[in-house]
Amino acid sequence: MLKVRDLGVSRGGITILEGINLTLASGAALVLTGPNGIGKTTLLRTIAGLQLAASGTALLPPEGLAYAGHADGLKATLTVAENLTFWARVFGQDGIGAALTAMDLDALADRPAQNLSAGQKRRLGLARLLVTGRRLWLLDEPTVSLDAASVRLFAEAVRSHLAAGGAALMASHIDLGLGGAATTLDLAPYRSRLPEPGQGGGFDEAFA
Amino acid sequence: MIALLLRDLRLATRAGGGFGLSLAFFLIVTVLVPFGVGPEGGTLALIAPGVLWVGALLACLLSLDRIFALDREDGSLDLLATAPLPLEGLAAIKALAHWLTTGLPLTLAAPVLAVLLNLPSEGFGPLTLSLLIGTPALSFIGAFGAALTVGLKRGGLLLSLLVLPLYIPTLIFGAETARRGAEGLATETPLLLLAGITLGAVAILPFAAAAAIRVNLR
Amino acid sequence: MSIWEYANPKRFMQTSSWALPWVTGLAAMVLVTGLTWGFFFTPDDYRQGSTVKIIYIHVPAAMMAINCWAMMLVASLIWLIRRHHVSVLAAKAAAPIGMTMTLIALFTGAIWGQPMWGTWWAWDPRLTSFLILFLFYLGYIALWEAVEDPDTAAELTSVLCLVGSVFAILSRYAVLFWNQGLHQGASLSLDREEHVADVFAYPLWLTIAGFVLFFVALVLFRTRTEIRARRLRALEARERMV
Repeated sequence: MLKVRDLGVSRGGITILEGINLTLASGAALVLTGPNGIGKTTLLRTIAGLQLAASGTALLPPEGLAYAGHADGLKATLTVAENLTFWARVFGQDGIGAALTAMDLDALADRPAQNLSAGQKRRLGLARLLVTGRRLWLLDEPTVSLDAASVRLFAEAVRSHLAAGGAALMASHIDLGLGGAATTLDLAPYRSRLPEPGQGGGFDEAFA
Repeated sequence: MIALLLRDLRLATRAGGGFGLSLAFFLIVTVLVPFGVGPEGGTLALIAPGVLWVGALLACLLSLDRIFALDREDGSLDLLATAPLPLEGLAAIKALAHWLTTGLPLTLAAPVLAVLLNLPSEGFGPLTLSLLIGTPALSFIGAFGAALTVGLKRGGLLLSLLVLPLYIPTLIFGAETARRGAEGLATETPLLLLAGITLGAVAILPFAAAAAIRVNLR
Repeated sequence: MSIWEYANPKRFMQTSSWALPWVTGLAAMVLVTGLTWGFFFTPDDYRQGSTVKIIYIHVPAAMMAINCWAMMLVASLIWLIRRHHVSVLAAKAAAPIGMTMTLIALFTGAIWGQPMWGTWWAWDPRLTSFLILFLFYLGYIALWEAVEDPDTAAELTSVLCLVGSVFAILSRYAVLFWNQGLHQGASLSLDREEHVADVFAYPLWLTIAGFVLFFVALVLFRTRTEIRARRLRALEARERMV
């Protein structure tokens, strides 16, 4: 479903990760790990197409993907249901009931997003994934500010997504308990070596 | 796309959405002008078309930085950029929503405010028509400026600096239409030129704005 | 041997370091000759007296103000199409020069206009256009200053230059339309090119050539500075990574 070939990603004009190869089949999840600042977010953004790759390619499913970053993209003055309905319609889907139930938001449906707690906002942000109808999910620290019960709820949602033929690529520090479906990829070996002065190909290195 | 338009309109009309702020600003500017130039009716009538156009332009400018900056702050822009929605379409819809919540109300308010400035009766039609045709250009040019500055922390002032020079042709033809109308002259030529600018801006600037957003998201 | 070879920064630095002294020397020579000739060895105009001699600064500066924007437009297009960093840095380097030329043209125009027209400023189409051009330079430079990341800034300023050019041309014609609509015809036209007698024209051509050479020298010099600044940035970033 996702094929990444020899991908290099850069932040602020400097290549930070390179030579990343990974494939993600339907029904599989891959968890990216590595110390802070190694480039997990940058890698996810590059695969999502928000950033240009420094090298290599990422082959996405033709229908696109659903990306969830650090920010949930919620509008404070819209209600939970309105926020969700908007995203469902942007992705050409309808029906938000299942997503509300899955993330236990039924009781909050008519509450403006500004009155939600941080964890509830996060749940709403994750419920957004369920209404996109996309099979490939890119998740950047999805469990931040979730309590233990909500993490279980989310893990359940991911499991059923995988069981239905979906796939997920996520950066996460905690174990969701996905069992055999999930593999872990440590990014540390892909950290880019510093080019010798004058050896790199980029503009900044082209003249010493 | 329709969903996006409806959401933006809904956001603008909810509390804190800024709808009405531009209108209030337009009103205040128009009220302040007689204090500056004196209450003499003839003078006011002479400058009314220009004052109303400049006032509408500044009121429009006021809400430009909301077009993309709010979506950028709460992460919606990232999510929209990965959604099955071309960024060009996004920029066009956002500009359209801005016009519906700013340009259109300003156009409707202008004749009322024109009364305060003693605009001759034959000038009302051309004034309203010129604003109706010209304000979409202001929104689309403004959306381009907002896209350029969306990545900046305090882009508001820079946005004005970038956008105001781009507003000059629109202002000239728009105010010229209104002024000729007030003097009872033919208004076709400037009106057609104004329409040309609006059509050009609507057709081309969403592409430039989308390019700028793409760069700013990196 | 392709012209794009000079888009390689290393090649550009080599060539420009060789060319810069020559261009600078030539510019100084031509400028001094032209200005001396124009100021001291041309007769006073029968109507304007000696004030006419400001033409030797005013006209070249005004021409460079416009040509500089045209050069920035071409350089921006080259960046957008072919991604040559030197090109966009040259555009960045040229902008303050163009802005200064615009200011020189405006000020010398005011100084010339005062004795001739009895006013420092009139909303003549040509004067107004230059004022607008100044605003466009201001916005372009401000955008370069405001954006932190150099590649992002390059991209955004290039798009702005492209869109700005279209609107600058629109403004030019809008202003022509506006002024005729408001006032009588342009009785204060500056367009006296055709009337200039040969005795004035030769030193004028010389000063124009001098300004062009001067501009090229400044752009080369400032582009070299920009390239070095980029290099410095890269080195600092590398240091932070270690």
